Amino acid sequence: ASGRDRVSKAKTRRSKRFLQSRQPKLTEDQKSSMIIRGGNTSQTVSQALKDVYALKKPNAVLYKRKNMVRPFDDSTALEFFSKKSDCSLFLFGSHNKKRPNNLIFGRMFDFHVLDMFELGIERFVSLRDVKTDTCPEGTKPLLVFAGELFETDREHQRLRSLLTDFFCGPRVSAVRLAGLEHVLHFTALEGKIYMRSYKVLLKKSGCRTPRIQLQDMGPSFDFVMRRNHMASDDLYKTAHRQPRGVKPKKKKNISHDAFGTRLGRLHMQNSRSPQENKSAYVSLRTEKQN
Amino acid sequence: MASCSVEDVLTKAERDEAEKLKGITVNKELDLEFDPGNLLAFDKNRIDTREFKDNKREDFLRSLARDNTQLLINEVWKLPTERVEEIIVAKLPDPTTSLPREKPAPKPKPPTKWEQFAKLKGIQKKKKTNLVWDEVHKEWRRRWGYKRAKDDTKEWLIEVPENADPSEDQFAKRNKAKKERVAKNEYNRLKNIARAQKIKVPGMGLAPTPRQSKAELAQAVNVAKISTASVGKFQDNLPKEKTPKNTGKKRKFQPLIGDFSSEKQKQLDLLKVMDSKKPRLDITKAVNKQMREEDRDSAQKSKKGFGKKGRRGNMSGKGKGKAGGKGKAKKGKGQKPHMKQGKR
Repeated sequence: ASGRDRVSKAKTRRSKRFLQSRQPKLTEDQKSSMIIRGGNTSQTVSQALKDVYALKKPNAVLYKRKNMVRPFDDSTALEFFSKKSDCSLFLFGSHNKKRPNNLIFGRMFDFHVLDMFELGIERFVSLRDVKTDTCPEGTKPLLVFAGELFETDREHQRLRSLLTDFFCGPRVSAVRLAGLEHVLHFTALEGKIYMRSYKVLLKKSGCRTPRIQLQDMGPSFDFVMRRNHMASDDLYKTAHRQPRGVKPKKKKNISHDAFGTRLGRLHMQNSRSPQENKSAYVSLRTEKQN
Repeated sequence: MASCSVEDVLTKAERDEAEKLKGITVNKELDLEFDPGNLLAFDKNRIDTREFKDNKREDFLRSLARDNTQLLINEVWKLPTERVEEIIVAKLPDPTTSLPREKPAPKPKPPTKWEQFAKLKGIQKKKKTNLVWDEVHKEWRRRWGYKRAKDDTKEWLIEVPENADPSEDQFAKRNKAKKERVAKNEYNRLKNIARAQKIKVPGMGLAPTPRQSKAELAQAVNVAKISTASVGKFQDNLPKEKTPKNTGKKRKFQPLIGDFSSEKQKQLDLLKVMDSKKPRLDITKAVNKQMREEDRDSAQKSKKGFGKKGRRGNMSGKGKGKAGGKGKAKKGKGQKPHMKQGKR
């Protein structure tokens, strides 16, 4: 409980609940993301940040003012923001002559930067430019990654993990079949990532499973991979370590067969050892010899 | 019909099935990897760069996405479904892609002093009722807090117990006792926290500053020296260490009923001094004071910084407080220089 560890106690129950929600937990809630603008942002970058914010609406924070931060040089400012707003994912947008239309996707572990990937926007189509109806905010999107680079190249693998983390919604135990409306499709080809977002239309097919038709929905990006900062292997491993209480304990010696009957196994000790009758055996032998 | 054979019926059934599934089948070289728990699919197939030309790019991407999404939807439709309030819902399995955590796992907290004792003695926690019957007001009131059942502070009459001093303020005594209990509780709570985090709490009077002044270290040495069973009587001095005289006691009071003649003499001397018109002047003291002032002025004129350092040794009693203050000020300045950048 948070109350036990703090030198200054929370004065109201509301503040106590707020502090408790920020404590580390066994099973974590959905990660929130902070969307920050850098020292100089172009129209493309600002619109891109707003679109991503719209995609991630309830669990995202959009910082309105510009911040003179260079994430690759000094990440302390980002870590400070992350601590203040309790966000572990971040998206930093900036624009300068050397790196035009720059977006940095990143995630944190324990309020320190874990991974950061810098992607340059080559082509961008915003939500506003595509005049179709969109799906309600907060829908869990279907994520599809295409391209063998996502499997073979180490950096692409890490980027895939980061993009999954960023765009997958809350962890749910069940999903409404008619509510699968949004799909995000990432294609990796020759050092470029093409991100497209479509609205899913479920059409009638001859059988139970519907036929899919896709309708263009914003936003769509053409990214080019620039710099990155990947966490070291052991830090990455530590970040993945799950606490003990999460996995349910398996009960040993219990199995279910095909009919659903519950079977168990008993381990018996040997009641009779072959040594016990040794004397009788020996005497027989002597008799025979005689 | 005699011409219909079993094979014909079977092949017709197969063709019908294939017709039905035509809408949803997708042909791929390699099967996709699925993670239905995360609604995630990964297509490892090679992308044909020829079809990826500029003008046809969007269409190619859309058809690729359509195929992949179709396969993913097929996977999701295979999951067991149930009906929740007239909505058909598919139950998702646990996600298979492992994603890093946000914060490290919570560590189990070490038990507090009371918890250790309770565990040792086998004392169980008893759940108490929220409301207690108040006889005075004849209603149910809460056990503690605003408008509680037995409120000590609201009493307008306190009986003075037999063995107590009649002129003692019983109300003030009660308030003071409450304050002491609150302070003790707070102290114990902080000690529990320090024990949990394994922070060393200093003994009385020794502040845990990183840089200790000469005076503070000397005080720490003295306290350590007298912390033996014989209160430091048999502790040898280090070479060049002087036993401090007048430790702690700054004033020495004469006993109340002691030497009557000396007390009488002292009182008479005092009256004589008060009567006399001449001012008392201690020449040595005056001369020393003047010399010190002159030294200080000359030091400040020649070397500004060094004079201050020399002063540090003199601040024996007050040194601790001032040095602590200096340390704190430095900390505050150096802590967050980039706070200025942190604007929303």
